[in-house]
Amino acid sequence: MRNRDVSFWLFLTPVLLGLGLVVIVPLIYGTYYSFTDWNGLSANEFVGFDHYVRLFQDQAFLSSIWFTIKFAFVTVILLNIIGLGLALLVTQKLKTSNLLRTIFFMPNMIGGLILGFIWQFIFISVFSDIGEALGIEALQGWLSTTNTGFWGLVILTLWQMSGYIMIIYIAYLQNIPGELIEAAKIDGASSWQRFKSITFPLVAPAFTVSLFLTLSNSFKIYDQNLSLTNGGPYESTQMVAMEIVKTAFSANEMAYGQAKAVVFFFIVAAIALTQVYYNKKREVDL
Amino acid sequence: MESKSTKYILGIVGILLGLLWLSPFYLMLVNAFKSKKEIFMGVLGLPEAWSFDNFVEAFIDLNFVNSLWNSVLITVISVLIIILFSSMAGYALSRNKSKVSAAVLMLFVAAMLIPFQSVMIPLVSLFGQADMLNQAGLIFMYLGFGSSLSIFLYHGAMTGVSVSLDEAALIDGANKFQTFWHIIFPLLKPISVTVAILNIIWIWNDYLLPSLILSEESATIPLKMFYFFGQYTKQWHLALAGLTIAIIPVIVAYFFAQKQIIEGVSEGAVK
Repeated sequence: MRNRDVSFWLFLTPVLLGLGLVVIVPLIYGTYYSFTDWNGLSANEFVGFDHYVRLFQDQAFLSSIWFTIKFAFVTVILLNIIGLGLALLVTQKLKTSNLLRTIFFMPNMIGGLILGFIWQFIFISVFSDIGEALGIEALQGWLSTTNTGFWGLVILTLWQMSGYIMIIYIAYLQNIPGELIEAAKIDGASSWQRFKSITFPLVAPAFTVSLFLTLSNSFKIYDQNLSLTNGGPYESTQMVAMEIVKTAFSANEMAYGQAKAVVFFFIVAAIALTQVYYNKKREVDL
Repeated sequence: MESKSTKYILGIVGILLGLLWLSPFYLMLVNAFKSKKEIFMGVLGLPEAWSFDNFVEAFIDLNFVNSLWNSVLITVISVLIIILFSSMAGYALSRNKSKVSAAVLMLFVAAMLIPFQSVMIPLVSLFGQADMLNQAGLIFMYLGFGSSLSIFLYHGAMTGVSVSLDEAALIDGANKFQTFWHIIFPLLKPISVTVAILNIIWIWNDYLLPSLILSEESATIPLKMFYFFGQYTKQWHLALAGLTIAIIPVIVAYFFAQKQIIEGVSEGAVK
Protein backbone atom coordinates (compact mmCIF):
# COMPACT_ATOMS: atom_id res chain seq x y z
CA MET A 1 0.00 0.00 0.00
CA ARG A 2 1.22 3.47 -0.80
CA ASN A 3 0.30 6.87 0.63
CA ARG A 4 -1.70 7.79 -2.46
CA ASP A 5 -3.70 4.53 -2.35
CA VAL A 6 -7.27 5.14 -1.33
CA SER A 7 -7.34 1.77 0.43
CA PHE A 8 -4.51 2.77 2.78
CA TRP A 9 -6.52 5.72 4.07
CA LEU A 10 -9.78 3.76 4.07
CA PHE A 11 -8.22 1.18 6.36
CA LEU A 12 -7.11 3.95 8.71
CA THR A 13 -10.25 6.12 8.63
CA PRO A 14 -12.19 4.51 11.52
CA VAL A 15 -9.32 4.60 14.02
CA LEU A 16 -8.17 8.05 12.95
CA LEU A 17 -11.71 9.34 13.46
CA GLY A 18 -11.86 7.62 16.84
CA LEU A 19 -8.54 8.93 18.08
CA GLY A 20 -9.14 12.37 16.59
CA LEU A 21 -12.62 12.99 17.97
CA VAL A 22 -12.12 11.26 21.33
CA VAL A 23 -8.55 12.22 22.26
CA ILE A 24 -6.83 14.78 20.00
CA VAL A 25 -9.66 17.28 19.46
CA PRO A 26 -10.72 17.29 23.15
CA LEU A 27 -7.10 17.76 24.22
CA ILE A 28 -6.60 20.79 21.98
CA TYR A 29 -10.09 22.18 22.63
CA GLY A 30 -9.69 21.70 26.39
CA THR A 31 -6.23 23.24 26.53
CA TYR A 32 -7.51 26.31 24.68
CA TYR A 33 -10.55 26.66 26.96
CA SER A 34 -8.41 26.36 30.10
CA PHE A 35 -7.30 29.92 29.26
CA THR A 36 -10.89 31.22 29.17
CA ASP A 37 -13.91 31.46 31.45
CA TRP A 38 -15.49 28.43 29.73
CA ASN A 39 -18.49 26.92 31.57
CA GLY A 40 -18.69 23.70 29.56
CA LEU A 41 -20.80 25.17 26.78
CA SER A 42 -19.47 28.58 25.90
CA ALA A 43 -16.68 30.98 26.80
CA ASN A 44 -17.02 34.76 26.89
CA GLU A 45 -13.64 35.95 28.00
CA PHE A 46 -10.00 35.10 27.63
CA VAL A 47 -8.47 35.00 31.11
CA GLY A 48 -4.87 34.14 30.26
CA PHE A 49 -3.01 32.23 32.94
CA ASP A 50 -5.49 33.10 35.72
CA HIS A 51 -6.57 29.48 36.28
CA TYR A 52 -2.98 28.30 36.34
CA VAL A 53 -1.96 30.98 38.85
CA ARG A 54 -4.97 30.07 40.97
CA LEU A 55 -4.30 26.33 41.02
CA PHE A 56 -0.80 26.84 42.39
CA GLN A 57 -2.39 28.60 45.37
CA ASP A 58 -5.23 26.09 45.68
CA GLN A 59 -4.65 24.13 48.90
CA ALA A 60 -7.03 21.31 47.94
CA PHE A 61 -5.24 20.77 44.62
CA LEU A 62 -1.73 21.02 46.06
CA SER A 63 -2.50 18.65 48.90
CA SER A 64 -4.06 16.17 46.46
CA ILE A 65 -0.83 16.25 44.43
CA TRP A 66 1.28 15.79 47.55
CA PHE A 67 -0.93 12.92 48.74
CA THR A 68 -0.70 11.29 45.29
CA ILE A 69 3.11 11.62 45.23
CA LYS A 70 3.42 10.03 48.69
CA PHE A 71 1.02 7.27 47.65
CA ALA A 72 2.88 6.65 44.39
CA PHE A 73 6.26 6.54 46.13
CA VAL A 74 5.19 3.97 48.73
CA THR A 75 3.15 1.76 46.36
CA VAL A 76 5.80 1.72 43.62
CA ILE A 77 8.46 0.43 46.01
CA LEU A 78 6.24 -2.11 47.78
CA LEU A 79 4.56 -3.31 44.58
CA ASN A 80 7.88 -4.08 42.96
CA ILE A 81 9.25 -5.88 46.02
CA ILE A 82 6.09 -7.97 46.48
CA GLY A 83 5.63 -8.52 42.72
CA LEU A 84 9.20 -9.77 42.34
CA GLY A 85 8.87 -11.88 45.49
CA LEU A 86 5.70 -13.56 44.23
CA ALA A 87 7.29 -14.12 40.80
CA LEU A 88 10.33 -15.78 42.38
CA LEU A 89 8.04 -17.91 44.53
CA VAL A 90 5.82 -19.22 41.72
CA THR A 91 8.79 -19.95 39.43
CA GLN A 92 10.28 -22.40 41.98
CA LYS A 93 8.45 -25.34 40.37
CA LEU A 94 6.32 -25.94 43.46
CA LYS A 95 3.34 -28.27 43.14
CA THR A 96 1.09 -25.30 43.83
CA SER A 97 2.84 -22.88 41.41
CA ASN A 98 0.08 -22.67 38.82
CA LEU A 99 -2.66 -22.40 41.40
CA LEU A 100 -0.80 -19.66 43.27
CA ARG A 101 -0.19 -17.69 40.08
CA THR A 102 -3.93 -17.86 39.37
CA ILE A 103 -4.81 -16.71 42.89
CA PHE A 104 -2.32 -13.83 43.03
CA PHE A 105 -3.51 -12.48 39.70
CA MET A 106 -7.23 -12.85 40.47
CA PRO A 107 -7.89 -9.41 42.07
CA ASN A 108 -6.69 -7.82 38.82
CA MET A 109 -9.68 -9.18 36.99
CA ILE A 110 -12.11 -7.23 39.14
CA GLY A 111 -12.70 -3.51 38.85
CA GLY A 112 -11.18 -1.09 41.35
CA LEU A 113 -14.60 0.24 42.31
CA ILE A 114 -15.87 -3.15 43.49
CA LEU A 115 -12.57 -4.03 45.20
CA GLY A 116 -12.68 -0.73 47.08
CA PHE A 117 -16.13 -1.56 48.46
CA ILE A 118 -15.00 -5.03 49.59
CA TRP A 119 -12.00 -3.54 51.38
CA GLN A 120 -14.12 -0.84 52.97
CA PHE A 121 -15.91 -3.68 54.75
CA ILE A 122 -12.62 -5.32 55.72
CA PHE A 123 -11.00 -2.17 57.08
CA ILE A 124 -14.07 -1.02 58.97
CA SER A 125 -15.72 -4.22 60.25
CA VAL A 126 -13.14 -7.00 60.01
CA PHE A 127 -10.20 -4.95 61.30
CA SER A 128 -12.20 -3.74 64.26
CA ASP A 129 -13.33 -7.30 65.12
CA ILE A 130 -9.79 -8.65 64.89
CA GLY A 131 -8.52 -5.70 66.92
CA GLU A 132 -11.07 -6.37 69.61
CA ALA A 133 -10.29 -10.10 69.73
CA LEU A 134 -6.53 -9.55 69.95
CA GLY A 135 -6.63 -6.32 71.93
CA ILE A 136 -4.87 -4.28 69.24
CA GLU A 137 -6.00 -0.68 69.50
CA ALA A 138 -4.41 0.27 66.15
CA LEU A 139 -6.97 -1.79 64.22
CA GLN A 140 -9.89 0.37 65.35
CA GLY A 141 -11.35 3.24 63.34
CA TRP A 142 -9.66 2.48 60.02
CA LEU A 143 -10.42 4.87 57.16
CA SER A 144 -11.61 7.49 59.65
CA THR A 145 -8.21 9.17 59.77
CA THR A 146 -5.92 10.42 57.01
CA ASN A 147 -3.21 7.99 57.99
CA THR A 148 -5.36 4.85 57.98
CA GLY A 149 -7.02 6.07 54.77
CA PHE A 150 -3.60 6.34 53.17
CA TRP A 151 -2.49 2.88 54.27
CA GLY A 152 -5.88 1.48 53.35
CA LEU A 153 -5.39 2.68 49.78
CA VAL A 154 -1.85 1.31 49.76
CA ILE A 155 -2.95 -2.14 51.00
CA LEU A 156 -5.81 -2.30 48.50
CA THR A 157 -3.49 -1.35 45.63
CA LEU A 158 -0.86 -3.89 46.70
CA TRP A 159 -3.45 -6.65 46.88
CA GLN A 160 -4.89 -5.73 43.49
CA MET A 161 -1.74 -4.94 41.51
CA SER A 162 0.98 -7.25 42.88
CA GLY A 163 -0.24 -10.11 40.71
CA TYR A 164 0.03 -7.96 37.61
CA ILE A 165 3.61 -6.94 38.41
CA MET A 166 4.32 -10.59 39.21
CA ILE A 167 3.26 -11.53 35.65
CA ILE A 168 5.73 -9.03 34.19
CA TYR A 169 8.60 -10.35 36.31
CA ILE A 170 7.68 -13.96 35.46
CA ALA A 171 7.95 -13.14 31.73
CA TYR A 172 11.54 -11.97 32.25
CA LEU A 173 12.47 -14.69 34.74
CA GLN A 174 11.43 -17.37 32.27
CA ASN A 175 13.81 -15.93 29.68
CA ILE A 176 16.83 -16.68 31.89
CA PRO A 177 18.56 -19.71 30.39
CA GLY A 178 18.45 -22.64 32.80
CA GLU A 179 22.04 -23.63 31.90
CA LEU A 180 23.29 -20.35 33.34
CA ILE A 181 21.85 -21.17 36.76
CA GLU A 182 23.03 -24.80 36.52
CA ALA A 183 26.57 -23.73 35.62
CA ALA A 184 26.67 -21.34 38.58
CA LYS A 185 25.41 -24.12 40.87
CA ILE A 186 28.19 -26.43 39.70
CA ASP A 187 30.68 -23.64 40.32
CA GLY A 188 29.42 -23.59 43.90
CA ALA A 189 27.47 -20.31 43.89
CA SER A 190 24.98 -20.01 46.76
CA SER A 191 21.35 -19.23 46.00
CA TRP A 192 21.87 -15.61 47.10
CA GLN A 193 24.94 -15.31 44.85
CA ARG A 194 22.98 -16.77 41.94
CA PHE A 195 20.15 -14.30 42.53
CA LYS A 196 22.52 -11.33 42.86
CA SER A 197 24.81 -12.11 39.93
CA ILE A 198 22.52 -13.82 37.41
CA THR A 199 18.83 -13.41 38.11
CA PHE A 200 18.85 -9.79 39.21
CA PRO A 201 20.86 -8.32 36.30
CA LEU A 202 18.77 -10.25 33.77
CA VAL A 203 15.52 -9.14 35.39
CA ALA A 204 16.61 -5.49 35.62
CA PRO A 205 14.73 -4.49 32.42
CA ALA A 206 11.52 -5.79 34.02
CA PHE A 207 12.22 -3.45 36.88
CA THR A 208 12.21 -0.42 34.55
CA VAL A 209 8.99 -1.60 32.89
CA SER A 210 7.22 -2.24 36.20
CA LEU A 211 8.56 0.88 37.85
CA PHE A 212 7.08 3.24 35.29
CA LEU A 213 3.92 1.22 34.87
CA THR A 214 3.19 1.31 38.59
CA LEU A 215 4.22 4.96 38.80
CA SER A 216 1.85 6.16 36.09
CA ASN A 217 -0.94 3.86 37.35
CA SER A 218 -0.59 5.24 40.87
CA PHE A 219 -1.01 8.75 39.51
CA LYS A 220 -4.14 7.89 37.56
CA ILE A 221 -6.01 6.00 40.30
CA TYR A 222 -9.63 7.09 40.70
CA ASP A 223 -12.05 4.16 41.24
CA GLN A 224 -10.33 2.76 44.33
CA ASN A 225 -10.08 6.23 45.82
CA LEU A 226 -13.78 6.84 45.24
CA SER A 227 -15.06 3.55 46.66
CA LEU A 228 -12.63 3.11 49.56
CA THR A 229 -12.40 6.55 51.17
CA ASN A 230 -14.24 8.90 48.78
CA GLY A 231 -11.42 11.31 49.61
CA GLY A 232 -12.37 11.46 53.29
CA PRO A 233 -11.95 12.36 56.05
CA TYR A 234 -12.31 16.02 55.01
CA GLU A 235 -10.83 15.48 51.54
CA SER A 236 -7.51 14.55 53.11
CA THR A 237 -7.15 11.32 51.10
CA GLN A 238 -8.25 12.84 47.81
CA MET A 239 -5.93 12.10 44.89
CA VAL A 240 -5.36 14.27 41.82
CA ALA A 241 -7.74 12.41 39.50
CA MET A 242 -10.60 12.75 41.99
CA GLU A 243 -9.77 16.40 42.61
CA ILE A 244 -10.11 17.09 38.87
CA VAL A 245 -13.42 15.19 38.59
CA LYS A 246 -14.86 17.05 41.58
CA THR A 247 -13.73 20.47 40.37
CA ALA A 248 -15.33 19.89 36.98
CA PHE A 249 -18.45 17.87 37.72
CA SER A 250 -19.35 18.70 41.35
CA ALA A 251 -18.23 22.34 41.59
CA ASN A 252 -19.00 22.85 37.87
CA GLU A 253 -15.84 24.83 37.28
CA MET A 254 -15.10 23.40 33.85
CA ALA A 255 -12.31 25.72 32.73
CA TYR A 256 -10.56 25.60 36.09
CA GLY A 257 -10.91 21.80 36.23
CA GLN A 258 -9.44 21.60 32.75
CA ALA A 259 -6.45 23.73 33.80
CA LYS A 260 -5.80 21.16 36.53
CA ALA A 261 -6.23 18.41 33.93
CA VAL A 262 -3.60 20.05 31.71
CA VAL A 263 -1.12 20.18 34.60
CA PHE A 264 -1.95 16.53 35.32
CA PHE A 265 -1.26 15.68 31.67
CA PHE A 266 2.22 17.23 31.91
CA ILE A 267 3.03 15.27 35.08
CA VAL A 268 1.96 11.91 33.60
CA ALA A 269 3.60 12.64 30.22
CA ALA A 270 6.85 13.59 31.96
CA ILE A 271 6.88 10.23 33.77
CA ALA A 272 6.24 8.37 30.51
CA LEU A 273 8.86 10.31 28.55
CA THR A 274 11.45 9.61 31.25
CA GLN A 275 10.71 5.93 30.75
CA VAL A 276 11.15 6.20 26.97
CA TYR A 277 14.47 7.97 27.58
CA TYR A 278 15.68 5.23 29.96
CA ASN A 279 14.62 2.47 27.57
CA LYS A 280 16.53 4.09 24.71
CA LYS A 281 19.56 4.59 26.92
CA ARG A 282 19.52 0.96 28.01
CA GLU A 283 19.26 -0.26 24.42
CA VAL A 284 22.34 1.81 23.60
CA ASP A 285 24.21 0.44 26.63
CA LEU A 286 23.58 -3.18 25.63
CA MET B 1 19.61 -31.65 51.36
CA GLU B 2 19.39 -27.88 51.36
CA SER B 3 17.08 -27.60 48.37
CA LYS B 4 14.49 -30.09 49.61
CA SER B 5 13.86 -28.38 52.95
CA THR B 6 13.94 -24.96 51.26
CA LYS B 7 11.31 -26.15 48.84
CA TYR B 8 9.19 -27.43 51.72
CA ILE B 9 9.35 -24.06 53.49
CA LEU B 10 8.61 -22.21 50.24
CA GLY B 11 5.61 -24.48 49.71
CA ILE B 12 4.20 -23.52 53.10
CA VAL B 13 4.92 -19.81 52.53
CA GLY B 14 3.11 -20.10 49.20
CA ILE B 15 0.03 -21.68 50.74
CA LEU B 16 -0.11 -19.05 53.49
CA LEU B 17 0.23 -16.21 51.00
CA GLY B 18 -2.41 -17.79 48.76
CA LEU B 19 -4.83 -17.95 51.69
CA LEU B 20 -4.03 -14.35 52.61
CA TRP B 21 -4.77 -13.28 49.03
CA LEU B 22 -8.08 -15.15 49.05
CA SER B 23 -9.17 -13.92 52.49
CA PRO B 24 -11.00 -10.79 51.22
CA PHE B 25 -13.13 -13.03 48.99
CA TYR B 26 -13.78 -15.40 51.89
CA LEU B 27 -14.83 -12.53 54.17
CA MET B 28 -17.10 -11.10 51.50
CA LEU B 29 -18.75 -14.43 50.80
CA VAL B 30 -19.39 -15.66 54.37
CA ASN B 31 -20.77 -12.33 55.50
CA ALA B 32 -23.02 -12.08 52.46
CA PHE B 33 -24.90 -15.08 53.91
CA LYS B 34 -25.38 -13.52 57.34
CA SER B 35 -28.17 -11.36 58.68
CA LYS B 36 -27.51 -7.79 59.76
CA LYS B 37 -27.49 -8.86 63.39
CA GLU B 38 -25.05 -11.73 62.78
CA ILE B 39 -22.57 -9.38 61.09
CA PHE B 40 -22.83 -7.12 64.11
CA MET B 41 -22.03 -10.09 66.36
CA GLY B 42 -18.90 -11.05 64.44
CA VAL B 43 -17.52 -11.09 60.91
CA LEU B 44 -14.89 -13.81 61.07
CA GLY B 45 -16.93 -16.98 61.57
CA LEU B 46 -19.28 -18.91 59.34
CA PRO B 47 -22.96 -17.97 59.16
CA GLU B 48 -25.51 -19.83 61.36
CA ALA B 49 -27.57 -20.77 58.32
CA TRP B 50 -26.73 -20.61 54.63
CA SER B 51 -29.66 -18.48 53.58
CA PHE B 52 -29.85 -16.98 50.10
CA ASP B 53 -32.26 -14.21 51.15
CA ASN B 54 -29.65 -11.45 50.89
CA PHE B 55 -28.70 -12.56 47.40
CA VAL B 56 -32.29 -12.60 46.22
CA GLU B 57 -32.92 -9.11 47.59
CA ALA B 58 -29.66 -7.71 46.18
CA PHE B 59 -30.25 -9.37 42.82
CA ILE B 60 -33.64 -7.69 42.51
CA ASP B 61 -32.48 -4.31 43.79
CA LEU B 62 -29.47 -4.32 41.48
CA ASN B 63 -31.79 -5.10 38.59
CA PHE B 64 -28.93 -7.43 37.82
CA VAL B 65 -30.19 -8.98 34.60
CA ASN B 66 -30.53 -5.52 33.14
CA SER B 67 -27.11 -4.23 34.24
CA LEU B 68 -25.45 -7.49 33.17
CA TRP B 69 -27.04 -7.10 29.74
CA ASN B 70 -25.86 -3.47 29.52
CA SER B 71 -22.31 -4.49 30.43
CA VAL B 72 -22.28 -7.37 27.94
CA LEU B 73 -23.69 -5.19 25.17
CA ILE B 74 -21.21 -2.34 25.65
CA THR B 75 -18.21 -4.64 26.12
CA VAL B 76 -18.91 -7.04 23.24
CA ILE B 77 -19.70 -4.37 20.64
CA SER B 78 -16.78 -2.15 21.69
CA VAL B 79 -14.29 -5.01 21.61
CA LEU B 80 -15.50 -6.30 18.21
CA ILE B 81 -15.19 -2.81 16.76
CA ILE B 82 -11.75 -2.31 18.28
CA ILE B 83 -10.55 -5.66 16.89
CA LEU B 84 -11.91 -5.03 13.39
CA PHE B 85 -10.67 -1.46 12.96
CA SER B 86 -7.36 -1.84 14.82
CA SER B 87 -6.36 -4.95 12.86
CA MET B 88 -7.18 -3.16 9.59
CA ALA B 89 -5.08 -0.19 10.68
CA GLY B 90 -2.22 -2.38 11.91
CA TYR B 91 -2.23 -4.19 8.57
CA ALA B 92 -2.27 -0.99 6.48
CA LEU B 93 0.47 0.61 8.57
CA SER B 94 2.74 -2.41 8.33
CA ARG B 95 2.29 -2.80 4.56
CA ASN B 96 3.11 0.85 3.89
CA LYS B 97 6.78 1.57 4.63
CA SER B 98 6.60 5.34 4.03
CA LYS B 99 7.36 8.12 6.48
CA VAL B 100 3.69 9.11 6.59
CA SER B 101 2.78 5.62 7.74
CA ALA B 102 5.49 5.65 10.43
CA ALA B 103 4.24 9.05 11.60
CA VAL B 104 0.65 7.77 11.92
CA LEU B 105 1.84 4.82 14.00
CA MET B 106 3.88 7.22 16.15
CA LEU B 107 0.77 9.34 16.67
CA PHE B 108 -1.13 6.37 18.06
CA VAL B 109 1.77 5.34 20.30
CA ALA B 110 2.16 8.90 21.59
CA ALA B 111 -1.58 9.09 22.32
CA MET B 112 -1.12 6.30 24.88
CA LEU B 113 0.68 8.86 27.07
CA ILE B 114 -2.43 11.02 27.39
CA PRO B 115 -4.29 10.21 30.63
CA PHE B 116 -8.06 9.92 30.42
CA GLN B 117 -8.65 12.61 33.04
CA SER B 118 -6.93 15.25 30.95
CA VAL B 119 -9.40 14.91 28.06
CA MET B 120 -12.58 13.86 29.87
CA ILE B 121 -14.02 17.35 30.54
CA PRO B 122 -13.94 18.62 26.91
CA LEU B 123 -14.86 15.12 25.70
CA VAL B 124 -18.09 15.10 27.70
CA SER B 125 -18.84 18.67 26.64
CA LEU B 126 -18.26 18.00 22.92
CA PHE B 127 -20.22 14.75 22.84
CA GLY B 128 -22.97 16.40 24.88
CA GLN B 129 -23.32 19.16 22.29
CA ALA B 130 -23.52 16.51 19.55
CA ASP B 131 -26.21 14.70 21.57
CA MET B 132 -23.99 11.63 21.80
CA LEU B 133 -23.96 10.99 25.57
CA ASN B 134 -25.45 7.52 25.11
CA GLN B 135 -24.39 3.92 24.53
CA ALA B 136 -23.38 4.53 20.91
CA GLY B 137 -21.26 7.50 21.96
CA LEU B 138 -19.64 5.43 24.71
CA ILE B 139 -18.76 2.63 22.28
CA PHE B 140 -17.20 5.15 19.90
CA MET B 141 -15.16 6.57 22.81
CA TYR B 142 -13.89 3.09 23.64
CA LEU B 143 -12.68 2.80 20.04
CA GLY B 144 -10.82 6.10 20.48
CA PHE B 145 -9.21 5.10 23.78
CA GLY B 146 -8.68 1.42 22.99
CA SER B 147 -7.31 1.52 19.45
CA SER B 148 -3.78 2.78 20.23
CA LEU B 149 -2.48 -0.24 22.15
CA SER B 150 -4.43 -2.59 19.88
CA ILE B 151 -2.95 -1.12 16.68
CA PHE B 152 0.50 -1.30 18.25
CA LEU B 153 0.03 -5.01 19.04
CA TYR B 154 -1.37 -5.81 15.57
CA HIS B 155 1.41 -3.87 13.88
CA GLY B 156 3.97 -5.90 15.84
CA ALA B 157 2.27 -9.19 14.91
CA MET B 158 2.20 -8.27 11.21
CA THR B 159 6.00 -8.59 10.95
CA GLY B 160 5.45 -12.36 11.02
CA VAL B 161 3.04 -12.31 8.06
CA SER B 162 4.78 -12.55 4.68
CA VAL B 163 4.02 -10.01 1.91
CA SER B 164 3.97 -12.85 -0.63
CA LEU B 165 0.53 -13.79 0.73
CA ASP B 166 -0.79 -10.36 -0.29
CA GLU B 167 0.77 -10.69 -3.71
CA ALA B 168 -0.67 -14.15 -4.30
CA ALA B 169 -4.16 -12.94 -3.35
CA LEU B 170 -3.80 -9.91 -5.61
CA ILE B 171 -2.89 -12.14 -8.57
CA ASP B 172 -5.96 -14.25 -7.82
CA GLY B 173 -8.02 -11.09 -8.25
CA ALA B 174 -8.84 -10.29 -4.63
CA ASN B 175 -9.17 -6.63 -3.64
CA LYS B 176 -7.38 -5.15 -0.61
CA PHE B 177 -10.24 -5.71 1.77
CA GLN B 178 -10.83 -9.31 0.64
CA THR B 179 -7.10 -10.00 0.99
CA PHE B 180 -7.11 -8.63 4.51
CA TRP B 181 -10.31 -10.28 5.64
CA HIS B 182 -9.86 -13.76 4.13
CA ILE B 183 -6.07 -14.18 4.15
CA ILE B 184 -4.45 -11.91 6.75
CA PHE B 185 -7.01 -11.55 9.52
CA PRO B 186 -7.31 -15.31 10.22
CA LEU B 187 -3.51 -15.46 10.63
CA LEU B 188 -3.70 -12.74 13.30
CA LYS B 189 -5.93 -14.85 15.54
CA PRO B 190 -3.45 -15.23 18.44
CA ILE B 191 -2.94 -11.49 18.72
CA SER B 192 -6.69 -10.92 18.32
CA VAL B 193 -7.20 -13.07 21.43
CA THR B 194 -4.70 -10.91 23.34
CA VAL B 195 -6.30 -7.69 22.12
CA ALA B 196 -9.76 -8.98 23.05
CA ILE B 197 -8.68 -10.02 26.57
CA LEU B 198 -6.93 -6.73 27.36
CA ASN B 199 -9.86 -4.65 26.13
CA ILE B 200 -12.54 -6.81 27.78
CA ILE B 201 -10.90 -6.54 31.22
CA TRP B 202 -10.58 -2.79 30.91
CA ILE B 203 -13.99 -1.97 29.41
CA TRP B 204 -15.93 -4.40 31.61
CA ASN B 205 -14.51 -2.82 34.78
CA ASP B 206 -14.47 0.80 33.66
CA TYR B 207 -16.40 3.09 35.98
CA LEU B 208 -15.46 6.74 35.43
CA LEU B 209 -16.28 7.07 31.72
CA PRO B 210 -19.71 5.37 31.87
CA SER B 211 -20.51 7.36 35.02
CA LEU B 212 -20.13 10.56 32.97
CA ILE B 213 -22.07 9.26 29.97
CA LEU B 214 -24.81 6.77 30.81
CA SER B 215 -28.18 7.27 32.43
CA GLU B 216 -29.31 4.95 35.23
CA GLU B 217 -31.42 2.69 32.94
CA SER B 218 -28.43 1.90 30.73
CA ALA B 219 -25.98 1.60 33.66
CA THR B 220 -23.28 -1.06 33.44
CA ILE B 221 -22.43 -3.28 36.44
CA PRO B 222 -19.78 -1.00 38.07
CA LEU B 223 -22.05 2.02 37.68
CA LYS B 224 -25.09 0.21 39.07
CA MET B 225 -22.92 -1.10 41.91
CA PHE B 226 -22.03 2.47 42.85
CA TYR B 227 -25.69 3.54 43.10
CA PHE B 228 -26.57 0.33 44.93
CA PHE B 229 -23.78 0.72 47.47
CA GLY B 230 -24.78 4.29 48.21
CA GLN B 231 -28.27 3.01 49.07
CA TYR B 232 -27.02 0.34 51.47
CA THR B 233 -24.39 2.00 53.62
CA LYS B 234 -24.51 0.39 57.06
CA GLN B 235 -26.33 -2.62 55.60
CA TRP B 236 -23.31 -4.75 54.90
CA HIS B 237 -25.27 -8.01 54.50
CA LEU B 238 -26.99 -6.68 51.37
CA ALA B 239 -24.02 -4.70 50.08
CA LEU B 240 -21.77 -7.77 50.29
CA ALA B 241 -24.36 -9.99 48.60
CA GLY B 242 -24.55 -7.43 45.78
CA LEU B 243 -20.76 -7.32 45.45
CA THR B 244 -20.63 -11.12 45.32
CA ILE B 245 -23.21 -11.23 42.54
CA ALA B 246 -21.31 -8.54 40.62
CA ILE B 247 -18.02 -10.43 40.60
CA ILE B 248 -19.37 -13.93 39.88
CA PRO B 249 -19.37 -13.49 36.06
CA VAL B 250 -15.76 -12.30 36.16
CA ILE B 251 -14.52 -15.12 38.40
CA VAL B 252 -16.29 -17.74 36.25
CA ALA B 253 -14.75 -16.31 33.05
CA TYR B 254 -11.35 -16.16 34.75
CA PHE B 255 -11.39 -19.82 35.74
CA PHE B 256 -12.34 -20.91 32.24
CA ALA B 257 -9.80 -18.79 30.40
CA GLN B 258 -7.07 -18.12 32.97
CA LYS B 259 -4.24 -19.45 30.82
CA GLN B 260 -5.10 -17.23 27.86
CA ILE B 261 -5.81 -14.28 30.16
CA ILE B 262 -2.47 -14.44 31.95
CA GLU B 263 -0.59 -14.93 28.67
CA GLY B 264 -2.48 -12.06 27.05
CA VAL B 265 -1.86 -9.68 29.94
CA SER B 266 1.80 -10.65 29.99
CA GLU B 267 2.13 -9.97 26.27
CA GLY B 268 0.33 -6.63 26.53
CA ALA B 269 2.44 -5.44 29.45
CA VAL B 270 5.88 -6.48 28.29
CA LYS B 271 5.60 -4.93 24.81
